[in-house]
Amino acid sequence: MSRVLMRALGVVGAAAVLAGLVAVPWVAPYFYIFIATEVVILGLLAASFNLVFGYAGMLSFGHAAFYGVGAYATALVLLHLQWPLIACLAVSAVAGAALALVIGFLSVRLDEVYFAMLTLAFGMMVFGVAYQWRSVTNGSDGIAGFMLTDFAPGVGWVLDDPAVYYHVVLGVVIVAAALLYLICRSSFGQVLRAIAQNPERVAFCGLNVRAYRLAAFTVAGAFAGLAGGLMAPFLRVASPEMLHWSMSAEPVLMAILGGTGYFLGPFVGAALFVLLETWITGFTEAWMLVLGVLLALMVMFFRRGVFGTALAWLTRRTGDRS
Amino acid sequence: MNTTDTPILSIRGLAKRFGGVAAVSGIDLDVAARETVAIIGPNGAGKTTLYNMISGRMTPSEGELVFEGRSITGLAPHRISRAGISRSFQINNIFPEMSVRENVEVAVSARRGTARRWWNIASRARGVQDEAAALVERLSIAHLAERRAATISYGDKRLLELAMVLATRPRLVLLDEPTAGMTPDETQRVTALIRRLADSGEFTFLITEHDMAVVFGLADRILVMHRGERLVLGTPEEVRVHPEVRRAYLGDTDEADEADETT
Ligand SMILES: Nc1ncnc2c1ncn2[C@@H]1O[C@H](COP(=O)(O)OP(=O)(O)O)[C@@H](O)[C@H]1O
Ligand SMILES: [Mg+2]
Repeated sequence: MSRVLMRALGVVGAAAVLAGLVAVPWVAPYFYIFIATEVVILGLLAASFNLVFGYAGMLSFGHAAFYGVGAYATALVLLHLQWPLIACLAVSAVAGAALALVIGFLSVRLDEVYFAMLTLAFGMMVFGVAYQWRSVTNGSDGIAGFMLTDFAPGVGWVLDDPAVYYHVVLGVVIVAAALLYLICRSSFGQVLRAIAQNPERVAFCGLNVRAYRLAAFTVAGAFAGLAGGLMAPFLRVASPEMLHWSMSAEPVLMAILGGTGYFLGPFVGAALFVLLETWITGFTEAWMLVLGVLLALMVMFFRRGVFGTALAWLTRRTGDRS
Repeated sequence: MNTTDTPILSIRGLAKRFGGVAAVSGIDLDVAARETVAIIGPNGAGKTTLYNMISGRMTPSEGELVFEGRSITGLAPHRISRAGISRSFQINNIFPEMSVRENVEVAVSARRGTARRWWNIASRARGVQDEAAALVERLSIAHLAERRAATISYGDKRLLELAMVLATRPRLVLLDEPTAGMTPDETQRVTALIRRLADSGEFTFLITEHDMAVVFGLADRILVMHRGERLVLGTPEEVRVHPEVRRAYLGDTDEADEADETT
């Protein structure tokens, strides 16, 4: 197949998937609006994680901290200030970035397993704070009972309607993903990939590797915070579970499941994760077992993940990052 | 060579100890702009350690490094690179999963300050692309530009690393055994290339090398190291006839070739 044809097929495929996503509320059973909302939000979370892991090569085990803080930020602003949602989301992204800047500043100096452990430790601390600081976070109950506002002043979207909220989520995530994609394809993104492969060489090219790692970590924190900000109005609560360390595993699993070497991999991974969880828990308790087997297979035989493997199979050529 | 000019690099009393072991001790060396100084000595003599200190990979235990009149002692590698010193490594040090072109682009975009741009498209960054293309051309690896770096031959990887070294537009270039592990053909190619670069007058070179033919063919001066210390410093002619050097390395045996095998 020629390159042009391949590209055309890719564009058509992407357009079809997008159209399908937009059409979910009209064509799928009601229940799938909720599934789709969750998939899209967690896809953004997993993609933000993959900027750090798949691109910059740092395995962070504390990503839920930024997601959770984003959720609390939107929930608190909705509860106390009743700002339009878009402003809440901005606050969430800034909160995620700020927390990532602090945690990253202390963590990126370490390599590999120490970095992973430190991000895990900081993630636990953030959970501890959310759990204990009752006057602000309401402890184990989390922040609930907030009313939804308009998306932006005067647009009049009824966000209480799950279909409307889903479309808002989809729109926000598409814009965010486009921005993230731009970052991945930029010169900055290229340097991150170089750092993942050989940080020493990058330093000897004259770049401050720590600063680049910190920048990637902070940007990822912003997008994770945004994902959290979208999730809180959907769940009608921001709870400590959202920043529990076990939640940090989810974007890791989704990214690996979908394929860490591809921009869209984590989104596919999130879809698989949520759909499989829904279907499998429907008839068996063994969801963790199935997930475990699947992950083991991915790591042992399909390192490119589901998306990467499918892509390679479709195009029959070794996949570059796409 | 003109050693009466202010030196581009001035090394004073440089020492590095690992635990109690002195890998380098009391090295003094002034390098004039645009000269080529070869550093020779058996394995373990401390050549790489000396490079590691000059390039910021290791902090000296003692001594001072002055580059273009500014102290660079103990600076981080990226600062020393920014200051104008670039190095290659004894063991190939590239980005294996990127294409040859991208490897060079990273180095070019680091120097041009493009590296921090998150809003551009790397594969369409014109200035970077053109400069990278010119570099792979200059090192005659243009035909490999789209190949994944891990898959090219050993000798070509060394050339690629050289392209990355030059991409930062250094004034001082440190080459650590640039021809080690190369076939005689490749050795000749690289030697000719280094000669051309040296003759261009753009760079000052420090070269460590085991191949004496290469050393004597390229060097304006030679520093002979032995157990971390400076044994002799002089012109190729002086070094060639120096009794201690003759005894140690240049006897009628092929010791120089044998020495290639480790580290
Ligand atoms: N990181 C290190 N830790 C401990 N010893 C080292 C280290 N690097 C080099 N050495 C020791 O320093 C001495 C000089 O090594 P090196 O500079 O690599 O020599 P050369 O490059 O001339 O072969 C050797 O004895 C080596 O074992
Ligand atoms: Mg050496």
